[in-house]
Amino acid sequence: MNHHTTLVVAALALAAGTFAFRLAGPLLRSRVTFPARVEKLLETASVVLLVALVATTTLYEGHGWAGYARPAGVLVGGVLAWRKLPFLVVVLAAAGTTAVLRLAGVG
Amino acid sequence: MRSIWRTLDRGLLRDIALVGLAVGVIGVSYGAIAVAAGFPLWLPVLMSTLVLAGASEFLFIGIVAAGGSPIAAVAAGLLVNARHLPFGLSLPDVLGGGWRRLLGSHVMNDESVVFALAQPDLARKRAAYWACGGAVLVCWPTGALLGALAGSAVHGTSALGLDAMFPAVLLALVLPALRDGAKRRSALTGAVLALAAAPFLPAGLPVLLALAGLAVPGPRARTEVAG
Repeated sequence: MNHHTTLVVAALALAAGTFAFRLAGPLLRSRVTFPARVEKLLETASVVLLVALVATTTLYEGHGWAGYARPAGVLVGGVLAWRKLPFLVVVLAAAGTTAVLRLAGVG
Repeated sequence: MRSIWRTLDRGLLRDIALVGLAVGVIGVSYGAIAVAAGFPLWLPVLMSTLVLAGASEFLFIGIVAAGGSPIAAVAAGLLVNARHLPFGLSLPDVLGGGWRRLLGSHVMNDESVVFALAQPDLARKRAAYWACGGAVLVCWPTGALLGALAGSAVHGTSALGLDAMFPAVLLALVLPALRDGAKRRSALTGAVLALAAAPFLPAGLPVLLALAGLAVPGPRARTEVAG
């Protein structure tokens, strides 16, 4: 196989596997009825995954520390969201804080 | 529920558009990075359309560009995307059946899931999920194409602070769910586990490990209902 064919096959394999992960949940849900307690647990699972994703993408870049600028921006965004400021303000403040800190030389 | 949005109104659509714009800009840097690393223009465009999961695509490009085997790159990408299985399990009735389920599964991502989660009732969950999923489906590949065309002109977007945007978006949308005591305990335990594991485990695994937080037993009697 030449290099391009390998790349196409690999990209298609990643796409197919990802789609299988995405489809498996809805397919299972339409076939199996879960008890109410499990339903609540499954809903909590998404919250747990998303919060873990927030934590790791805030503090890490790969396996290493992401620096101070990004966590500071996310923290500012989180506080503003907690105070119920509009989403637009929250997100732009997070990006703006990080950008300004980097401009000021904070890593 | 007093969330930031009451209905799927212009405010919510504006929020989704903002997320789409950010996804598009990150897509530009993704396309540019891929081409700069020596990949053909069509690869980031193909992957952004068919895989439609940014983190796994960055990882794939990074591993192959560093000389890793494509099999390792696919395995790493799949590991990162395994979280879509529990996402799908937690979204009853949001996708619908038939072709809707097929397309709806394809547009399942962190953003569309968290937007749906933040809505109080099924109708709005559906509307938010499809609007955000559709925005990402358009913006991510468009950004990747523009970036690949621009070549190495764009080098990352870190100066703009866009890397803080993704976690901030997720955090803002998931905050209301954390008013529920049991969910909060599970989520915080899971986050601590993920943070402790992240320096050692391959990408994707720490977030899955966080699911162990579900085992945290809470005082069930005083489970509060979100605001």
